[in-house]
Amino acid sequence: MTTGVDVLLIEDEPSIAEAVRFILSREGWQCEQWPEGSDALQRIRALAPRLVILDVMLPGRSGAEVLADLRADPDLQALPVLLLSARGMANLPQGADRTLAKPFANADLRAMVRELLDAG
Amino acid sequence: MPRSLPRHPVARPLIGTRIRERRLSLGRRQTEVARRAEISAAYLNLIEHNRRPVGEELLSRLAQALEIDATELASDREEALVGALREAAARAADQPGAPVELDQIAEFAARFPGWASALAGAARRADALERRLVALSDRMTRDPYLLATLHEVQSAVTALRSTASILAETPEIEPEWRDRFHANLDSDSQRLSRTAQSLVAYLDSFEDEAVPMSPQEEVEAWIAAGQPEPSEAAELASDAARAMAQDLLAAQARDRAALPDAALAAAVDGAGEAADDPALIAARLGRPLDLVLRRLGMLRPGPWAQAGLVVCDGSGATLFRLAAPGFELPRPGEGCALWPLFEALAQPQLPVARLIETANGNRFAAWAVAERLLPMGFDGPALSRAQMLIHPAAGRDARPVLGVGPACRICPRPACTARHEPSILGPV
Repeated sequence: MTTGVDVLLIEDEPSIAEAVRFILSREGWQCEQWPEGSDALQRIRALAPRLVILDVMLPGRSGAEVLADLRADPDLQALPVLLLSARGMANLPQGADRTLAKPFANADLRAMVRELLDAG
Repeated sequence: MPRSLPRHPVARPLIGTRIRERRLSLGRRQTEVARRAEISAAYLNLIEHNRRPVGEELLSRLAQALEIDATELASDREEALVGALREAAARAADQPGAPVELDQIAEFAARFPGWASALAGAARRADALERRLVALSDRMTRDPYLLATLHEVQSAVTALRSTASILAETPEIEPEWRDRFHANLDSDSQRLSRTAQSLVAYLDSFEDEAVPMSPQEEVEAWIAAGQPEPSEAAELASDAARAMAQDLLAAQARDRAALPDAALAAAVDGAGEAADDPALIAARLGRPLDLVLRRLGMLRPGPWAQAGLVVCDGSGATLFRLAAPGFELPRPGEGCALWPLFEALAQPQLPVARLIETANGNRFAAWAVAERLLPMGFDGPALSRAQMLIHPAAGRDARPVLGVGPACRICPRPACTARHEPSILGPV
């Protein structure tokens, strides 16, 4: 099943989510957002995005827990994940395809998303 | 062959200067050393500036306070200098480059006393700074307030940077998007300003402290280290913290005598389905509930391995805190008024059991009870003490959920009737 969603952004900060969605939509990518770690996997299954952008610090379940669940799921384990980290690049959870440290340059975000979508 | 050291032109070495240098090298404050040596800080200040003589007995106490041999403290300046240079050489041992000529230290000190003093002083300062850095680093990696504040700063800066770039890069942006991003810039800049003020005020609170921890924080670090012998514990830097640790050990020993480890473990083992109810365990043992809560939190037998414990006095001041995984404890002295601990404090002898949920969705079963103590008999004031045991909730727990936080300043719950100050994590 495909819903046409390119990117699912799992991010709880409304201003960041709004900016990222605008940046990606300007590139022609269809982007949806989910604001918490709870039920994130169900959301991913329902939308079947080509890429997940995942914040590390989330209410409900942390980004690390969501990532671990996703990699343990046979249907979802190959899905590309771009991790957004607000605590630099140290002690990050394992399993992400790429990681972007906050605050990031919009051009870097576009480049990483393009790279991951093109590879998929 | 090293030449013999020339005598210093001042007949008697300046002992006060050495006391000061030693104190600074340990990163300690005058008040702390003075208290240990049983003199006033003002008198120590005079000694350190060589304006008061130091008798043998006082020298001995000062040496003890400074963890140095009294003869070393009273030794000739040149010997002290050579000793400091040896310490500096030892610190440089693992650095790249030519090895330090250890057999020529005395000659170096004798031929170039100015350079030798400068090098020794720099090494001492580096040592003191390193200690301070380690203490600050420890605090920053442990302190939930700092972590939450820095995360908030990082989030606001991320939103500002991305939004500002969008406006700069997209001249033909639609008016409704432009207006929305302008509003976001306004709210995020206010949020950043507010958080930055909070952060500066917080950092100011320990700016000049050589050891930036309160006695309560020292005791908590000591508990986290497994409660090693207080007199030898590196975590207990102050006399106040050591005294608190000793008091705590004595209280724990009294509890252990009243309810030994083996008896508690056997009661939990034999309780079957009732093993997750502290009141039933207390009933099986015939012991008071407050004792059982404290002992379950300390011993953590069997199914209680992930338990946490908070004990407070009648003023709400925490006497003991042991975090449970996923239940973030704020800075000492702070807490959430909705914790069952405080509900129990308001109704002594009436146990409270609640299912609570932290702001990030973790659920815990919590049991609390407060008791009245009469340490001065019926003629004296009654004192209260409350204890709260928490444990990750079982999935089947269907009771109503009470949302709690760590402390108002770092609690993201926007509408809370118990809030007493604004949160840095949301709009005021």
